[in-house]
Amino acid sequence: MKSFNKLTGIIASMPQVNIDTDAIIPKQFLKTIERTGLGKHLFHEKRYDQNNILNNSFVLNKKPWNKAKMIVAGDNFGCGSSREHAPWALLDFGISCIISTSFADIFYNNCFKNGVLPVILKEEIVDEISDLAEQGIEISIDLEEQQLIAQNKLYKFDIDPYRKHCLLNGLDDIGITLENKVTIDAYEEKLESKGWHKPENF
Amino acid sequence: MKKTLFDKIWDQHVVDERQDGSSLIYIDRHLVHEVTSPQAFEGLRTSNRRLRRPDLTLAVADHNVPTENRINGIKDDIARIQVETLEKNVKEFEVPYIPLMDSRQGIVHVIGPEQGFTLPGCTLVCGDSHTSTHGAFGALAFGIGTSEVEHVFATQTLIQKKPKTMLINVTGDLSLGVTAKDIALGIIKKLGTSGGTGYVLEYAGNAISNLSIEGRMTLCNMSIEAGARAGLVAPDAKTYDYIKNRPMSPKGEIYDKALADWKLLPTDKGAVFDKVINIDGSLLDPHLTWGTSPEDVLSINDVIPNPEDIDKESLKNAMQDSLDYMGLKPGQSFSDIKIDKVFIGSCTNSRIEDLREAAVIAKGRKVADGVHAMVVPGSGLIKMQAEKEGIADILIEAGFDWREPGCSMCLGMNPDQLKPKERCASTSNRNFRGRQGRDGRTHLVSPGMAAAAAIYGHFVDVRKFN
Repeated sequence: MKSFNKLTGIIASMPQVNIDTDAIIPKQFLKTIERTGLGKHLFHEKRYDQNNILNNSFVLNKKPWNKAKMIVAGDNFGCGSSREHAPWALLDFGISCIISTSFADIFYNNCFKNGVLPVILKEEIVDEISDLAEQGIEISIDLEEQQLIAQNKLYKFDIDPYRKHCLLNGLDDIGITLENKVTIDAYEEKLESKGWHKPENF
Repeated sequence: MKKTLFDKIWDQHVVDERQDGSSLIYIDRHLVHEVTSPQAFEGLRTSNRRLRRPDLTLAVADHNVPTENRINGIKDDIARIQVETLEKNVKEFEVPYIPLMDSRQGIVHVIGPEQGFTLPGCTLVCGDSHTSTHGAFGALAFGIGTSEVEHVFATQTLIQKKPKTMLINVTGDLSLGVTAKDIALGIIKKLGTSGGTGYVLEYAGNAISNLSIEGRMTLCNMSIEAGARAGLVAPDAKTYDYIKNRPMSPKGEIYDKALADWKLLPTDKGAVFDKVINIDGSLLDPHLTWGTSPEDVLSINDVIPNPEDIDKESLKNAMQDSLDYMGLKPGQSFSDIKIDKVFIGSCTNSRIEDLREAAVIAKGRKVADGVHAMVVPGSGLIKMQAEKEGIADILIEAGFDWREPGCSMCLGMNPDQLKPKERCASTSNRNFRGRQGRDGRTHLVSPGMAAAAAIYGHFVDVRKFN
């Protein structure tokens, strides 16, 4: 996994609440067997009209936000489907940080598995950042320091220490868990004694 | 200490507690489908890892599959490659698989319970947010992303933070024509789409224990629409009856042993939840959505809301946006809203009881002119049972299009989609913009309400038919 440490760039404001993963990456692009190449389809129905022509009024199609590295969004970002194609598409477009007041659980988890940093801040701060985003200014994020700097103002954010550690170092969860193999083996041995743990053959 | 059903399952599955407060949780059952697994299998291959417990895994293709002329295969090349990739992967990693042409094929959340793969007290995951469905059996079941699918493949565990618990107590008798779907929509109306975020819901109360297993699956299925990754119902005699003699469920003495364990699962009297919500089920009307989020939901007798009644500018604009997308006007009655399509199916409402509910309404009547009404059973076995019971004949006679099983128009990955501006009465779970087809307009309803709308060509109160 790609590590995440510091990031400076343009931030796009999408103040709508409940931006769902169907909107982030529509179903027709889930047929891929790859993780890459989804960036051009990010927010497809907002970015393109029915004839696949770029919709110039959508924020990610306008300069300077077409080069956005972050999004600031309304409540409950990433709700709905569990599709990890959502963070894959964001990342492939070049966005690796989302700021909101709240995130849906599965999307929030999926971000951390892909080097995308979801930042939760209070509504008034999100509104402030959203205003700055609309002016097209750059903001900076420092994960190590858990802070965000926008126009000389500093905002602190909270993050789970284990997730922070994995993001900073680009660590593969699976590798870490497999270090625990002996514990898993022991648990499974205990399970066998339950007698009904394994499904019957079908 | 008094424990909730959730606490008991959680405690039994902790493999390791970590310093940061998260836990390594053992996963008893893993369901796999074609859309969210290819990258996870590929991950195993590139890291040269094995799939730890194929015997606790079950795979089926459902999202991409055609619901007509299946014998001709999948026409869409990319979709076909995805299904073929699943077939190749299950072979290589020796995962039990139900092939496309097998009569047991169906929606992953329908076939898990149907095959007896889903059991009380188990942890069950799948790369699909509607995995919450299996909570109907008192299993801790939740959706995961593809990286977590790979994590379960390689380790049979997941790293999880313990969620909070919420009790949703539904009392009173439902009026005839009011179903589990209406309870689910009523709860989402109360909680909103993020009210359950961070919680595991436990549904209890006499209105829940009176629900059939199918109804409980409908209810738990939509927990995710309230933001909760999992919903639970305590197992009881109905649960045990449902499970007994299913192909993959325990047999003989082992069943008895399992039963003894399952009976210990229900929440202890006096156990404390982080949050409690009470709902009087006797006051629930049939519900349906008007907007583009499941929380945009009203009773059939309400009228389309007015953005002018909302103070906050951003919410006012959002409502106006939704109304524009849906082609609706404030103050409109639901009975004035004409529909083009009806979809009866999905992991929410495609089980035998749902089809029976639709058939009761459709019997001896005809689908209105200009309406295309489609019924997609949740599995091949349900399809066969419906055909045996005469339900299929009733629906076909009434003019419904009787299809082969799959996810179909719930998300329209296959050719079953809405055209722009087409309006659909749908028994599925999400009315997001474009979900059923670009610019399509979805209204979420129960199977009875969907069938009634098909007959009238517009929404009606299904209780008219009582």
